[in-house]
Amino acid sequence: MSQFVYFYRGWEAPASPTEMQQQIQKWSAWFKQLSESGRLTDRGYPLERTGKVVVGKTKSITDGPYAEAKDFVGGYSIVEADDIMHAVELAKGCPTFESGGSVEVRPLLVMKS
Amino acid sequence: MGQVDTLVDHLFRREAGRMVAILTRIFGPARLALAEDVVQDVLCRALEVWKFRGVPENPSAWIVAAAKNRVVDILRREKTAGAFSRMFLDANADDGMLVEQDMDAMFQPAAIKDGQLRMMFACCHPRIGEDAQIALVLQILCGLGTGEIAAAFLATHAAIEKRVVRAKKILAGSKRALELDPADVVMRLPTVQHALYLLFNEGYHGANPQLAIRVDLCREAMYLTELLLDHPPARTGSSYGLAALMCLHAARLPARANAAGGFVPMEFQDRSKWDQDLILKGHSFLGKSAHGWEFGAYQIEAAIASVHASAPRIEETDWAAVVTLYDSLSRIKPSAVVALNRAIAVGQHKGPERGLEEVRAIAGREDLLGYPFYWATLGEFELRAGRQGLALPNFQKAEALARNPFERAHYSARADTCCRER
Repeated sequence: MSQFVYFYRGWEAPASPTEMQQQIQKWSAWFKQLSESGRLTDRGYPLERTGKVVVGKTKSITDGPYAEAKDFVGGYSIVEADDIMHAVELAKGCPTFESGGSVEVRPLLVMKS
Repeated sequence: MGQVDTLVDHLFRREAGRMVAILTRIFGPARLALAEDVVQDVLCRALEVWKFRGVPENPSAWIVAAAKNRVVDILRREKTAGAFSRMFLDANADDGMLVEQDMDAMFQPAAIKDGQLRMMFACCHPRIGEDAQIALVLQILCGLGTGEIAAAFLATHAAIEKRVVRAKKILAGSKRALELDPADVVMRLPTVQHALYLLFNEGYHGANPQLAIRVDLCREAMYLTELLLDHPPARTGSSYGLAALMCLHAARLPARANAAGGFVPMEFQDRSKWDQDLILKGHSFLGKSAHGWEFGAYQIEAAIASVHASAPRIEETDWAAVVTLYDSLSRIKPSAVVALNRAIAVGQHKGPERGLEEVRAIAGREDLLGYPFYWATLGEFELRAGRQGLALPNFQKAEALARNPFERAHYSARADTCCRER
C-alpha cells in the first residue's frame, strides 16, 4: 500500500447557486466513498488563488504562482492505493472533471526499508 | 469545524437571495452588480472550503460572516481611497468600529428579511414589465440561474438574459428603489402579490414538463409570500389570502401526479395524499385573511380551495358554496376562466346538462378556445351525460392544446375512455 497526493487543478466556478449546491453534494459523496473504503488519508485543503514565490539565491519575492488558470493547483488530498494505476482509477471518481478540472496523481516518495 | 456533509435543500440559493438583497441595500441599488459579484465570490469560497473541510454546522452563519467581512473590506478600501459610500461613510461614521457595528445590525436576521422585502418591491418596480418582474424576483431573491429560469418558462437563455439585463438597468437607475415607506408598500403591494401569484401559477400549471422544477417555483412563491406576512405594512388580508390559496393548492401537489408522473386532475385525485399540514396552515392563513373590510380575489380563491380541501371525497364537496364563491369572484374579477370554473361547479352541483348550459352562456367564451381546460370541461360533461360521441372531439381538442406532456397524456386517456365506452 502506498500513499498518493491528488493535486486538483483548474476547475471552473459554477455559475448558479444550484450548481454550487450540487457540487458540494458530489464532493461530499466522493470523499465519503473514499473514506468508507479506507482509501482516504487526508481530505486535504483548498488553496488560495494568490500567494508569493520566493526565488533564487537573492530570495527575491514575486506574486505567484504564475500558472494559467487551468494549471492552478486549487487544492490537494492524500489517498492510499495499491499502486499508481489504482490511485488513478480512484481519481476518476472525482467530481472535478465535470467542471473542467484535472487531477494530478503523484506518489509520495518513501524509502522502502 | 464539524463535518455535517449534508446541506439544507437550496441553501446556496436561499443565501444568495438573502445576501444580494442586503448587500444591495448597503452598496445602493446603482451597485447591484457589485453586490452580485461579492455574493458569487463568497459562495464560491464557501464551496471550495466545504468541499474539502466539510460543511460547517451552521453554514448560513458562515456565509453571513464571510459576506459581512467582504463588505467591511470593500467599504474600508473605498474610504481610504476617498470614495463615498452611501450609508456608512458619512461624517459620523468615519471610524472603523462604527462601520462594523452598523454592519452587525445590517446582517441581523430581521434586517436581512427587511432587505429581501425591499428588494421584492424593487423588483416589482412599475416600470418593469410583468414577465421581467418575475424573472428578476427569481434571479435576485431566489438565487435561480438564468438557465434555470429559462428552463422553468421554456424560454431561451438569451430571451431571459435580455429581460433580466433590461430590468436590472431600471433597478440600478432608480436611486430610491430600496427606499420603501409604508405608503409605497401599500401602493405597490398589489403588483408584488400579482407577481407572486403568477409565479405560483407558473409552477402549478406551467409548461415545463418536469414536475420537480414546477414544484420549486411554487415553493419559492410561498416562501416570498410568507416574507410579506412578516412585515406589518405588507401583512394585509389579501397577503394572508394569497398565502392561504398557495398553501391550499400546494397541498394537492403530491396527488397531482400518478406513479408514472402523469397529471391527475382534482376529481380523480387520491385525497389521502393531500398534505394535511399545508391544509392546516392554509386554513389558519385564511382565518387571518378575513380581518377588516377587505375580502378580495385571493381570499375568495383561497376559500374555494378550502371547500375542496375540506371534502374527504369529491362527492362530498359543498358545490353550492363553491358556486356562491365563484359568483363573488366573478363580481370582483370577471373573466371567462372564472366563469368556466363556476360552470363546472354548477355542473357538479346540478348535473351535466346544467353545466353545459352554463358553459355555453359564458360571456367572452371565444377567449377560452385556446384553453385546454375549456374543451376538457365540455368533454367531461358530455361524457357524464352519456354522449361519448360528442365528448370525444372535445378531449381531442384539449389534447392538441395541452400545455405539457402530462396534461396531454391525461386528455388522450380521456379520449380513449370515450372510444371504449361507446
